Amino acid sequence: MSTETFLAGPDLASAALPTTLFRFATAGSVDDGKSTLVGRLLHDSKAILADQLDAVARTSADRGFGGSAGGIDLALLTDGLRAEREQGITIDVAYRYFATDRRSFILADCPGHVQYTKNTVTGASTADAVVVLIDARKGVLEQTRRHLSVLQLLRVAHVIVAVNKIDLVEFSEDVFRAIEADVQQVGRELGLGSDGVADLLVIPVSALDGDNVVDRSDRTPWYDGPALLEVLETLPAADELESHLESFRFPVQLVVRPQGALAPDAVAGGLDPEAYRDYRAYAGQITEGSVKLGDQVSVLTPGQAPRTTTVTGIDFAGRELAEAAAPQSVALRLADEFDVARGDTIAAAGTVREASADVYAALCWLSPKPLREGAKVLVKHGTRTVQALVRNVTGKLDLASFQLEPTTTLELNDIGHAQLRLAAPLPLENYLHHRRTGAFLVIDPLDGNTLAAGLVNDHPGDHEDERYSI
Amino acid sequence: MSTFLTEEPTQVTDAPVSTRLSSLDTLESEAIHIIREVVAEFEKPALLFSGGKDSVVMLHLATKAFWPGKVPFPVLHVDTGHNFPEVIEFRDRTVERLGLKLVVGSVQEFIDSGELAERADGTRNPLQTVPLLDAIQRNKFDAVFGGGRRDEDKARAKERILSLRDEFGQWDPRNQRPELWNLYNGRHTVGQHVRAFPISNWTELDVWRYIERENIELPGLYYAHEREVFARDGMWRAVGEVSQPRDHEEVITKTVRYRTVGDMSCTGAVESAAATVRDVVIEVAASTITERGATRADDRISEAAMEDRKKDGYF
Repeated sequence: MSTETFLAGPDLASAALPTTLFRFATAGSVDDGKSTLVGRLLHDSKAILADQLDAVARTSADRGFGGSAGGIDLALLTDGLRAEREQGITIDVAYRYFATDRRSFILADCPGHVQYTKNTVTGASTADAVVVLIDARKGVLEQTRRHLSVLQLLRVAHVIVAVNKIDLVEFSEDVFRAIEADVQQVGRELGLGSDGVADLLVIPVSALDGDNVVDRSDRTPWYDGPALLEVLETLPAADELESHLESFRFPVQLVVRPQGALAPDAVAGGLDPEAYRDYRAYAGQITEGSVKLGDQVSVLTPGQAPRTTTVTGIDFAGRELAEAAAPQSVALRLADEFDVARGDTIAAAGTVREASADVYAALCWLSPKPLREGAKVLVKHGTRTVQALVRNVTGKLDLASFQLEPTTTLELNDIGHAQLRLAAPLPLENYLHHRRTGAFLVIDPLDGNTLAAGLVNDHPGDHEDERYSI
Repeated sequence: MSTFLTEEPTQVTDAPVSTRLSSLDTLESEAIHIIREVVAEFEKPALLFSGGKDSVVMLHLATKAFWPGKVPFPVLHVDTGHNFPEVIEFRDRTVERLGLKLVVGSVQEFIDSGELAERADGTRNPLQTVPLLDAIQRNKFDAVFGGGRRDEDKARAKERILSLRDEFGQWDPRNQRPELWNLYNGRHTVGQHVRAFPISNWTELDVWRYIERENIELPGLYYAHEREVFARDGMWRAVGEVSQPRDHEEVITKTVRYRTVGDMSCTGAVESAAATVRDVVIEVAASTITERGATRADDRISEAAMEDRKKDGYF
């Protein structure tokens, strides 16, 4: 009954202080202990509260789980659906939350068996880092190569390979070093860590016992690197790495133009209705780069030449900002009264070029309905959705060998290359350099389901990464 | 001729020094982006508003998303009839302050008409699904904002930010659309609707820190107050019209507060001296038990209680 609550101590006051956000995902094969690792991270960082632990302990006991960690099956902490608990597998991406003094974490736990590509692509699309698990007894498997290949394709900034179950190989340095060398070899083949942004780290861990998960283990004296949580606490997040290196990009979500319909609470709070009679601003989230008052920007509307104007206001809920950067949601006012609508993009002036409606892209196919050449689909990019025709499927990636194979169709979990013709040109950019404006969804016009994740390539021939060119 | 963008990064020699957004700013920005996407892409959205802290935060985010304009959608309250009077008073005052339209779906009306039967245990939270789906259908809402958070429950941890519901309002957890980058797919066919959860990625502590930072008013029962209570199912239950002690249950006066606000007959209070928002932030940071485990009898029934309710159309 007594719900335990403790009052004000200095430590708790600091626990309630602002932190920054870091998103990461976990990926692994069947049985390499991923759910256990996630459970361990949550448990040891004290993100699991007493009633959750009690529920898991009861279920563990019911099933006769006899492992260490006090007889608790840590995997049960994350397997949220009835079918998952019954089958002892993780089916769908689950999101978990925990915090340390330094950071708040959002963890996308991506199951590794069926549909691993779908789940890994989903989890990695928003992740600052991805943790890939390897079973120390098995080493680098074909599925490990597949995982790393998907992460390279999605341009995940930090890849951490956790060599798990190191306790089951007697904490052997030789075993670890051999796996580490294999991982680095695969990384080199893929180009991971070679472009100055992405990096690749290998850590020996025991998720079951907690070695090198939250604290450094004294059972791996030959390993002098950080524990997993230390790494997650200190890696730069994607927006730290990217936001000020990139040009300003701002897809317009909607036009804020209240005319007479001002918010009564704002008026009651002193907002002058006269001053806001003709208010007009373009609301959206900055996807890349930053903007400041007085910046020259171009408004990009499909089918029209770019129109250049000046930013005269950056508004956020009654505050006027001097500057703003990704991923802030703001409303921009412009000097000229252009016709600007949802689906248009506001971009830093002078960063636009002529283009056509032909798109070359890698497609991660996420639907059981296969892709065939000639299919009519919808493409959602930023805030605009247009019709598109799949003109050619030009190849399918063999994720184990990293080679393209000829094909004319893509099936669930395939990653292939295709050429699309858009009904209206979109401000698509090369995904290699633009994780937001280079990404799009492929949607089924019949039932509205998401068919694929699209990553924009340059035209064949001028692709930076020849391995993926046709 | 149309334009694409070049690949060359702009020269940003005079770029501002990078100061990372705090986690609250990042979460706020994400939520506002989602709210604006739903308003832009749907015909008739509504926001589920109970007067509970998560729905109050949602409404606050909506006012920021459309400032200086009015919030461009109505709010929907599924009224169990087992309300804390101060929460209803707060609801009505908030709706008036923001100039909103309030739509009420009433559990009591469904019981009176025989379309719902009172449960043996007397609690009405599980009965909310039918009036909710009825209100969605009658008002032709095609998107409904909810304050659900993934940290609340294991089934909710698998929920999408835009979650498609079929003609019967059902959730199919094994057949959800993948959600990639910040691109939300809200396409639906006639009869289907979408539940939108803009604060999916917030934790209970984030919500409280945000309430503190933004100085958001809540119903008073979230803060420590004296109340006549009795013990049942390991919780403190308030004495009220629909929540009467049984013979062996002793009524005592305690200093308590609520961590969630719902059906008075199944929502428990916690002993607490946290009288201010700062006290609550510190208390939540130190709590060793989840808000649902602490205060919701209906979620204690089984490990899959929430999953089963959600599949039937509950939030």
